[in-house]
Amino acid sequence: MAGTGSTTSWNRDRVETGVFGVLRIVTIAGLLLITLFPFYYSVLLSLRPLDEVLQNPGALLPGDIDLGSYASVLSSAAAGGQGFLTFMTNSALVALGTVLLTLVVALPGAYAVSRLRFFGHRQISVLFLAVYLFPAILLAVPLFVFFTRIGLRGSLVGLLIVYVSQIVAVSIYMLRNYFDTVPVSLEEAAAIDGCSRLGVMWRISLPLAKPAIIANALFIFMIAWNEFLFALLFLVEDRDRWTVSLGISQLAGSIEVPDTVLMAGSVIVTLPIIVLFFASERLLTEGLTAGAEKG
Amino acid sequence: MSTEADLAAPAAPEPEPPPPGDRGRGSLRRADARAGLALISPTLVIVLVMVVLPILWTVLLAFQRLRLLNLRTSGLFGNFTLNNFDNVFGSSEFWGSLGTTLAYSVLGTGAAIGLGLVAALALRAPFRGRNLVRAAMLLPYVAPIVAVTFAWKTMLNPQFGVTNYWGTRLLGWDAPIAFLSEGRPVLGIPVALLTVIAFEAWRSFPFAFLFLTARLQAVPGTLEEAARVDGATVSQRFRHVLLPQLLPTIAVLAVLRFIWTFNSFDDIYLLTGGGAGTEVISVSVFNSLTARGDIGGAAAQALVLAAILAVLVGLYLWRLAPREEQS
Repeated sequence: MAGTGSTTSWNRDRVETGVFGVLRIVTIAGLLLITLFPFYYSVLLSLRPLDEVLQNPGALLPGDIDLGSYASVLSSAAAGGQGFLTFMTNSALVALGTVLLTLVVALPGAYAVSRLRFFGHRQISVLFLAVYLFPAILLAVPLFVFFTRIGLRGSLVGLLIVYVSQIVAVSIYMLRNYFDTVPVSLEEAAAIDGCSRLGVMWRISLPLAKPAIIANALFIFMIAWNEFLFALLFLVEDRDRWTVSLGISQLAGSIEVPDTVLMAGSVIVTLPIIVLFFASERLLTEGLTAGAEKG
Repeated sequence: MSTEADLAAPAAPEPEPPPPGDRGRGSLRRADARAGLALISPTLVIVLVMVVLPILWTVLLAFQRLRLLNLRTSGLFGNFTLNNFDNVFGSSEFWGSLGTTLAYSVLGTGAAIGLGLVAALALRAPFRGRNLVRAAMLLPYVAPIVAVTFAWKTMLNPQFGVTNYWGTRLLGWDAPIAFLSEGRPVLGIPVALLTVIAFEAWRSFPFAFLFLTARLQAVPGTLEEAARVDGATVSQRFRHVLLPQLLPTIAVLAVLRFIWTFNSFDDIYLLTGGGAGTEVISVSVFNSLTARGDIGGAAAQALVLAAILAVLVGLYLWRLAPREEQS
């Protein structure tokens, strides 16, 4: 009995090892297919002229590469294009502005939360966590009403302030985790040498935290560049103020603008993110996990 | 996290020497406290003004009869009324969208974590180019939401989408399927809702994948080695060794992903606009606000959404955070 038991389990082990070995390869191939195919399809469509797509929708390889969609999407509205260069400028302005302003606000904040025991610092942490987890749509209503009343709707500055207020809490969490790893003894040594608190922060902690700050900046840039809801609420009425995301979503489904042209726009909005992502993948994935996990 | 413990540890065994430097120490602490408040205050101001106050204002708005049209003429404190909540709770639409939201969140979260787990396990053993494959797995999560929803919409388009082209030719579908506008239920769930759930799984499985991969790397190899020596097969080792190690991570992921899916607006708004049985509460809030201009109604719905969420966040803080917030 024991003998048969051990042979069957030996068999089962071999069978399972074989089956899972094959399954693993199939799974990896399948996962790669589903993650990459939508991106490949976007690029493919952006390189094919519309009438060709309509004639042969199932083609999986481009015939003649046609850059007409890119020319059309980028050229200004006056020249008969879609003016995505303006949209890109808007997106870049808002995203870079958000990065700068958020870091200016969040760096001292993160340092304080990590290092200094001030009154109510625990309550503040809880508040920030709540901000991080609460629905954006809840804020959409009052902010929409408020900005409509003070007439800031349609201004990039208004949008920028909203972004900063949304991101600063997450940013502080990510940075705080990093400041926590900077040895206190270094700061104490500087303090003994006569450095003030601000001097310590400026001369010791910030330079040491540089990698984390860069990762954080990239993270903020990606959030602001990809953001859609508040851009939609605030900027939709004035086409000159549209971000790229808004441009694609607003022009999609209209008869005048072919989908292939918008696909070119969609590739354009994705490209900076993918470049940034591959340039900083390690930094960023650490940031992503740190940002959420230590909440 | 650990800093407070680090700071407290050296302070604890010290008190024996009568404090000559105690005054200096105390004033240093006070200086630190002042500096701390000064450094955190810009953040605090911006969060209070742009997040906390608006939320409080939403509460006021929810109890007023306010429309976008008469916004400029009405004051901050109008006539308070419970009408909005009456309308919300009395309408079958609201309960419908609450059900949709729950189905979307539960199924979307489950599918995303399941797919993430499969991916993490499949990519666990090293092979050539694994880092590249891992990076590729993260693309759906980092790409702009507008770009990926547009790609999906085009792929699933019944006229010239690639899915329907190959579906009708290879898979023997009778007619193209309008994935994003088909409200007819399959297994009790509208096709369009199933499609957005599939999208949600695709979009956010990388998040689960990332966390589970990190957790898998921390599982000591000796555990599995011992199980292997004891004759446990691959599936048994997963079931009895790996899974118990992963469960706490899966629990945290489930809560976080549930909260975010519950709140999410972009995905469904961009894919279906809330049509064909996919109107989740956040999309319904948006439509009340912009299409109908019903500020009070939108505020009331958003508040109910937030209240449900507050319960969930409370649960999260109470059950899972204490271990981490112990600091």
